[in-house]
Amino acid sequence: MTDNVLIKVENLKKHYNGGAVKALDGINCEIKKGEVVVIIGPSGSGKSTLLRSLNLLEIPSSGHIYFEDTDITAKKVNINVHRQKMGMVFQHFNLFANMTVLKNMTIAPVKLLGKSKTEAKNEALELLKRVGLEDRADAYPSQLSGGQKQRVAIVRSLAMNPDVILFDEPTSALDPEMVGEVLDVMKELAADGMTMVVVTHEMGFAREVGNRVLFMDDGKILEEGTPEQIFGNPQNPRLKDFLSKVL
Amino acid sequence: MQYLSIMADLTAFLEKLNHVFIEKDRYKQMLIGLLNTFKITAGALVVGVIIGVIIAAVRTSYDKNKESMALNKGFGYYALSIINSFCKFYLTIIRGTPVVVQLMICYFIIFANARDGIPVAIFAFGINSGAYVAEIFRAGIMSIDNGQFEAGRSLGFNYLQTMKSIIIPQMFKAVLPTLCNEFIALLKETSVAGYVGVVDITKAGNTIAGRTYNYFIPLLTVALIYLIMVMILTKLVGILERRLRKSDR
Repeated sequence: MTDNVLIKVENLKKHYNGGAVKALDGINCEIKKGEVVVIIGPSGSGKSTLLRSLNLLEIPSSGHIYFEDTDITAKKVNINVHRQKMGMVFQHFNLFANMTVLKNMTIAPVKLLGKSKTEAKNEALELLKRVGLEDRADAYPSQLSGGQKQRVAIVRSLAMNPDVILFDEPTSALDPEMVGEVLDVMKELAADGMTMVVVTHEMGFAREVGNRVLFMDDGKILEEGTPEQIFGNPQNPRLKDFLSKVL
Repeated sequence: MQYLSIMADLTAFLEKLNHVFIEKDRYKQMLIGLLNTFKITAGALVVGVIIGVIIAAVRTSYDKNKESMALNKGFGYYALSIINSFCKFYLTIIRGTPVVVQLMICYFIIFANARDGIPVAIFAFGINSGAYVAEIFRAGIMSIDNGQFEAGRSLGFNYLQTMKSIIIPQMFKAVLPTLCNEFIALLKETSVAGYVGVVDITKAGNTIAGRTYNYFIPLLTVALIYLIMVMILTKLVGILERRLRKSDR
């Protein structure tokens, strides 16, 4: 395996009801360090399932996922250690409702990385400053707007200093006017060289920020290429049809 | 004239009170009864919560992990399925039979040699309450959005850490009113402890009523004492609830 491959997926399958439903039907792909890979496709195409399989929130039925040269689908692997290096941002934010913004961000670094409370707090405040939320450190999630919640969710995953962040439709639950502030944070991250895998319906983001776009349907990757290829010169009829509807 | 008659009524009432509670130090029996009711309730509460936590943990762990564990059926999978079945069996038996019957089975059959009924009562009421508390906790855990759980796991917390640091604190807040309900029910259920010879507050009141041929005063006093205890408990839980509600807007 080459050095700069961070995640490698081999013939990944996820079947429900004894194979009647094939959410993932033989996925092969690679994600390189520093790359922003955007996964697009119609709903039910398996893109979220693929993303959630990467950190084993979904347990694949068969196939392999290599993360930093470790097969995390192997039986003896302690997935918790690897998940510390794979941040995840959810469609519905999933901030811990009973904790302040600061506590949301520090609980994992303190309990899992053994950082001192002060150290974790200072790092968290620094990250909050980056996304313009340092004054909301003591707020509870219920007191934040959707866009603020998602920005906190992003810096919460950043606080673990991950090697990759998985974004599962990060702007789909937001009011239209809040989409921009979240995408701006993501663009900055990409510019800083963070490896990102993004499932999204924001074609503008895919085109502007993505290094590579995967088009999925029926649990398969039907087309893969640079944003120019995918949006400028699509080959697969399903992709052409999809783009004609969303663009 | 009217004033005098009220005075006469009051004097008669005080005399009755004196007869019922003060003569032969019968109030002491009430105090002992009150203390025993308190002991049984507090003991059963602790036993019930411990049992409840364990069973709710087993049942939710089984429900949440059976899919992933079924993939590589190891020892843990079989152990958890067996324990889970046992928990279900326990819930069925305990919730399917009256607590008085369970109490008498404990005292006259299982611990037939016991001389003191209080530990047996604590055991029986604890086992009984545990079944209800388990279901309350389980419902509470299930009511927490799965996204909270996934967020915890995606940060790298293992199953137990996620439960302990993220799910349980939220669950506790959600179930507090229902849990308070169960504690109130438990407190009042202990009034059947007299069946196994324990002098609780109800038994004490009943005994005094029988001795003095006066049912009105002792039984109403017993009712009043339960009422006051329940009101205090409700108040305390209310305070706790307000404190925990800090994170809601």
